[in-house]
Amino acid sequence: MSRTPLDTVEHATATPDVELPWAELGLKKDEYERVVEILGRRPTGAELAMYSVMWSEHCSYKSSKVHLRQFGEKAPQSDAMLVGIGENAGVVDVGQGYAVTFKVESHNHPSYVEPYQGAATGVGGIVRDIIAMGARPVAVVDPLRFGAADHPDTKRVLPGVVAGIGGYGNCLGLPNIGGEVVFDACYQGNPLVNAGAIGVMRHEDIHLAKASGAGNKVILYGARTGGDGIGGASILASETFDDAKPSKRPAVQVGDPFQEKLLIECTLEAFAEKLVVGIQDLGAAGLSCATSELASNGSGGMRVTLDDVPLRDSTLSPEEILMSESQERMCAVVEPEKVDRFLEICDKWDVIATVIGEVTDGDRLEIFWHGGKIVDVDPRTVAHDGPVYERPYARPDWQDALQADDANKLPRPGTSDELKAQVLKLVGSPNQASKQWITQQYDHFVQGNTVLAQPEDSGMIRVDEESGLGVAIATDGNGRYAKLDPYTGAQLALAEAYRNVATTGAKPLAVSDCLNFGSPEDPAVMWQFAEAVRGLADGCLQLGTPVTGGNVSLYNQTGEAAIHPTPVVAVLGVIDDVARRTPVAFQEDGQLLYLLGDTREEFGGSAWSQVIHDHLGGLPPKVDLERERLLGEILISASRDGMIDSAHDLSDGGLVQAVVESALLGGKGARLVVPDGLDAFTFLFSESAGRAVVAVPRSEEVRFNDMCGARGLPVTRIGVVDGDAVEVQGEFTLPLTDLREAHESTIPGLLA
Amino acid sequence: MTARIGVVTFPGSLDDRDTQRAIRVAGAEPVALWHKDKDLKQVDAVVLCGGFSYGDYLRAGAIARFSPVMDTVIDQAKAGLPVLGICNGFQILTEAHLLPGGMLGNDHLHFICRDQKLRVENADTSWTSDYTAGQEIHIPLKNMDGRYVADRRTLDELEAEGRVAFRYLDMNPNGSLNDIAGITNAAGNVVGLMPHPEHAVESLIGTGRTDGLPFFTSILKKLVNA
Repeated sequence: MSRTPLDTVEHATATPDVELPWAELGLKKDEYERVVEILGRRPTGAELAMYSVMWSEHCSYKSSKVHLRQFGEKAPQSDAMLVGIGENAGVVDVGQGYAVTFKVESHNHPSYVEPYQGAATGVGGIVRDIIAMGARPVAVVDPLRFGAADHPDTKRVLPGVVAGIGGYGNCLGLPNIGGEVVFDACYQGNPLVNAGAIGVMRHEDIHLAKASGAGNKVILYGARTGGDGIGGASILASETFDDAKPSKRPAVQVGDPFQEKLLIECTLEAFAEKLVVGIQDLGAAGLSCATSELASNGSGGMRVTLDDVPLRDSTLSPEEILMSESQERMCAVVEPEKVDRFLEICDKWDVIATVIGEVTDGDRLEIFWHGGKIVDVDPRTVAHDGPVYERPYARPDWQDALQADDANKLPRPGTSDELKAQVLKLVGSPNQASKQWITQQYDHFVQGNTVLAQPEDSGMIRVDEESGLGVAIATDGNGRYAKLDPYTGAQLALAEAYRNVATTGAKPLAVSDCLNFGSPEDPAVMWQFAEAVRGLADGCLQLGTPVTGGNVSLYNQTGEAAIHPTPVVAVLGVIDDVARRTPVAFQEDGQLLYLLGDTREEFGGSAWSQVIHDHLGGLPPKVDLERERLLGEILISASRDGMIDSAHDLSDGGLVQAVVESALLGGKGARLVVPDGLDAFTFLFSESAGRAVVAVPRSEEVRFNDMCGARGLPVTRIGVVDGDAVEVQGEFTLPLTDLREAHESTIPGLLA
Repeated sequence: MTARIGVVTFPGSLDDRDTQRAIRVAGAEPVALWHKDKDLKQVDAVVLCGGFSYGDYLRAGAIARFSPVMDTVIDQAKAGLPVLGICNGFQILTEAHLLPGGMLGNDHLHFICRDQKLRVENADTSWTSDYTAGQEIHIPLKNMDGRYVADRRTLDELEAEGRVAFRYLDMNPNGSLNDIAGITNAAGNVVGLMPHPEHAVESLIGTGRTDGLPFFTSILKKLVNA
């Protein structure tokens, strides 16, 4: 795009007829015309670069915005919310003066193109969002979805993604405590690499992304700016992959976790000395985003000299500098008298820091290059006044047929032997198998505060060594349920994450989400999106857990084939004393097993229907959020009062999956009795929501039953922890050694 | 009285706070040391903790070994200062030639994080006296480059002199020669190992075991009784 002479504002005004490559930068014609209308002239090349990246789907949420408003409109009253949607990440009060910030983001498209760097920089980006709030990052989680486990390309993508997450996260010193790994052919060309992070701070340390106070300096610090990731936001994340176009590899950024580790330490040291007025990380859209967001959220304008940006490649044009997505960079606003100390801290950590501009009295963002003014815009028009689309949406015509294809009518096992064989097949299927081969590539122990990590129901981190205060996080999503009914599917994801947090003994407080969908230009996909958002917003209102922020990833689609609608929901919880947490593993022979909740014949979207029949049809399990809340209260009370020694939520794979996991983790078997009114098949495989299995010490049996009875939660005694096999009386016995072989050999067999 | 135990922070150190906590849990006083500072602040012992010092892009520990603080650590270790190297710290100690041999990438080429079973082979060093020889313990292991290698003569010497301090049991997680998890120098004041004892000092955290605490109580007793 380099032109001679320099395309300054003055030059642009004098040459209104120059054609700019707006289409190549991903802008639609009407969007370009809107830019011209806002400016009252044609944009300069630099201005066009800024508008094009900031108005991309990835940065502007132009297709999703009209729906996402519901998260605000339907937000439940919550005293816990300290900072809501719109900042780098939401902040929640967890008591004792502590605040926790957490968020989940997608790095789907880059991770398909270049799995290692795509996944690595996804971790880097979410961690910078957490630092930018003023918090020390304390843990990461990674919900991942790949194509079929036995597809050759999965063997390219998955190991790269896992190594990237490990290579980056392990090097930052952040324990990886949770997430998911799901396989489904629908993610073949569009793996979902979502990354979540949690940070902890004191209330008074919360920082926001705004540039206030005329004369304050704008400091860019961290890595030098290079040519990587240019146009990543506008082109990569906002268009469907198409085989006909040239490779987009250069648009994926390259990460340097060591640089990020230094950035964390030096930023926290600057926070501790109260040197920072406002702060923003440089992620998607790089400097374009940081400068326009800082300026538009503050009280004044901003003037930036682009010549002062430290470069890795001196041939970069100003447009490229503005669009570069080079990693490990941040932008801070610092009062003039504190600049020297800020630079000193950066120097201590060997981090390059440069004053590149200052906050001004006006309301314009002005950027200079070689003495010429190349940007003169109202920053709000760049950061916040992007296009908003009311995309047409319509319930797809195939939805009725899909729902009519009832999974409850599929042939069921006829004999005990067949039932036994199906159990073994289920627990060894890629989605239900142990993910240890993957999770052991992540550091769980660093920082020395990990109370629970995967495969526990939620990850749990101690926040205060004295009091034992802790936080828990679970992420869940089920694209199969959401495909059958996006509204219910989104609520099931919420319910499961909520339940997982409560199962470990923590009280659910707030929600973040990562909404992964196909192309918004397809009305069927847009309908799925609208329904899922409506379901999630309604669900959060009912459960009293506000959405604090999140991320939307659209265009997860290759050609006509969109992924299953996949809303991934993260629930954050708090526990007063981590010593009271409840693990998944069976602890002691003789303890009584109870099933909490109601079991119905619900097989639509189930793991059983997928593993045994390769089937997807019917309706997903019913959602009863009041029941989820009651179940959660019982699990939290039982944990607090020492009434249960282990607990496991029931979700995909049903009761048998949960019992097998608890047995294998504890190295203790179980004898189960099919309760009255249920057949063995439904008992073992149904995926009815709102359920958990708990192990109760005999001394607590009466107290526990009384509590459930008094609060009206159905509770059924289903057996006892015992022996070295899982036995279903009258049906079959499966030795733990056989179950372990089936459960633990699948993933290494496919991927190692 | 208690002992002052220094923990060096290099850029890229990750377990410095955890190690300081473990020292505190054992009853000693942790002292933060900085890589650019030659001054050891009068500490009685030093721990080089885990992490990726200077990013470890060249070879694990290769750059840290040349940092100003290491000049002093190397001199004083030779004069008898107790030094423990954990993971990256062990790698730095071999690069600094305070311990023989070196570390290569894990034979399976993946990062590995697991609760690892070990046998204590030498309970006579400054850092292992609270164990008994032959004791079996579980300590978390987490590394990318943990495969201990040395030439045959060095291995024979280590074995003959009882300087293999810890050996992997049940499974060798990285291809280390002779299943070596940790070694000591001849004097017993410098010990290095790949597993992370600082992650096994509290019953609630991590794997829930406290098998790593004796590292820190061993040195404390030695220093206090000295």
